[in-house]
Amino acid sequence: MLRLIALLALAFAFALPARAEKVVAGLSQNRVSITATFVGSEILIFGAVKRDTPPPEDIPLQVIVVVEGPAHPVTVRKKDKRFGIWINTDRIELAAAPSFYAVATSAPLTETVSILDDLRHLISVERAIRISDNPFTNEDPRHFTRALIRIREKSGLYKLMENTVNLQEETLFDTRIALPANVTEGEYRTRIYLTRGGSVASQYETVINVQKVGLERWIFNLAHEQPLIYGLLSLVIAIAAGWGASALFRIILRT
Amino acid sequence: MQIYLPIAEVSVNAFLLLGLGGIVGVLSGMFGVGGGFLMTPLLFFIGIPPAVAVATEANQIVASSFSGVLAHLKRKTVDLRMGCVLLVGGLIGAAFGVQLFNALKAIGQVDLLVKLSYVLFLGIIGSLMFVESVRALMKTRGGAAVTTRRKHTWVHNLPFKMKFRTSGLYISVIPPILVGILVGILAAIMGVGGGFIMVPAMIYLLGMPTKVVVGTSLFQIIFVTAFTTLLHATTNFTVDMGLAVLLLVGGVIGAQVGARIGVKLKAEQLRVLLALMVLVVCGKLGLELLIQPAELYEIGKAGGH
Repeated sequence: MLRLIALLALAFAFALPARAEKVVAGLSQNRVSITATFVGSEILIFGAVKRDTPPPEDIPLQVIVVVEGPAHPVTVRKKDKRFGIWINTDRIELAAAPSFYAVATSAPLTETVSILDDLRHLISVERAIRISDNPFTNEDPRHFTRALIRIREKSGLYKLMENTVNLQEETLFDTRIALPANVTEGEYRTRIYLTRGGSVASQYETVINVQKVGLERWIFNLAHEQPLIYGLLSLVIAIAAGWGASALFRIILRT
Repeated sequence: MQIYLPIAEVSVNAFLLLGLGGIVGVLSGMFGVGGGFLMTPLLFFIGIPPAVAVATEANQIVASSFSGVLAHLKRKTVDLRMGCVLLVGGLIGAAFGVQLFNALKAIGQVDLLVKLSYVLFLGIIGSLMFVESVRALMKTRGGAAVTTRRKHTWVHNLPFKMKFRTSGLYISVIPPILVGILVGILAAIMGVGGGFIMVPAMIYLLGMPTKVVVGTSLFQIIFVTAFTTLLHATTNFTVDMGLAVLLLVGGVIGAQVGARIGVKLKAEQLRVLLALMVLVVCGKLGLELLIQPAELYEIGKAGGH
């Protein structure tokens, strides 16, 4: 009899994981301003797990935090040796790839989320890159997406940070995600997942706004909205500086 | 001190940019080259996107050449008439070069074109200049007077002759216009001023005196690069004002120093130094094409078909 109750309880815990636990979260900042002295920014993401019933004890709770920058179409090119020199021979057009992608987890990613739920919720970076229907190549597109991930990981734009979410008593969690200085403007979609046994139990979503401000904003807008005036202004500034420095140098030499 | 560049969208050290501008500025003032063939690859190396580097470099060359030209105008070493003829060709060439650049960008072979052009032009000119200037140096060392005899070549048999008093020449306008067109194309494709092509062409093809060559080429470069800057700013939005200002503050001071060093050195010594530098850059770019790159793949902006 006791065994049956235990079994029923376990079945219940498996059947209704989503309703039993809920994630509430906050960010240290949901607006990042790019100024002239911007060197990157670190965002603290924290939260708690709200639950009505005591947590199941045998399956540990895990947390995944995903911060994703605006996606753009990209072309990935491959070099090959032709006529003794290395030139671009093959290419693939990717319909969309995020400009920034950081995944932080409380345990190794494979233990945190199952392949099925990874596919369902598009968690790991491979899932976030969309290949076009007609990729114009005979080669395996996966080589190209892997190369894209490798290159962007090297420049700090894509990162997988396993075991960096601190989880206390299965209730409180926090992590820090660093935005490097080479991030682009836009809305950074931020998702937090609670998982148990590899399946997503609850999720929370918010947005971080990354924007240029002040002089940076003004220059960027002028360059895109009034390109001719911007170009002429660049030349005037250049020539004025050239003349000014030349005159200054002469004065310095004379004294 | 880190500074965020609004158009390039990267953060770089401001003093690094000032230093790069200064070093290239010294060379610019000494040799009368815009310095673009050194600066553009250096900017790639510190992480500036290539499109922004090429366009911004054009803007920076305007400034560094401007102060150089002022120095040369003072010493009356600019042939304004020759400069204007070269300029006409330069503008035609730049307009055509931008078209060619965009066509190759669409098929993803711009990098190859740029690098091959560098290796080809720098290699040929560097070796020619090196051999010629070393020979001239040996002659002066040996005590024999340097012959200034003008050779009468095909250049002197073309129509539309014009008098260039400052250079002491009476030649057809066709060769200078052709030189201008070639330089304009290279300016648009390679993101350089084109001095490294124009200076030897003026000396060896047009037979201009070395003293006038530097100032006149700087004069032409100013206008061609200004035109290129405007083309890039209006079509690709890749001119970074912040980057340009930092580079030119260093560059302008460097150019002044360089112009003074240039006066003190002998013309033959200047040419040996320039030839060596051209060969070093050529060799480095050539090796990049020949050695298997560590990363076979590269990311580009989409939209090319």
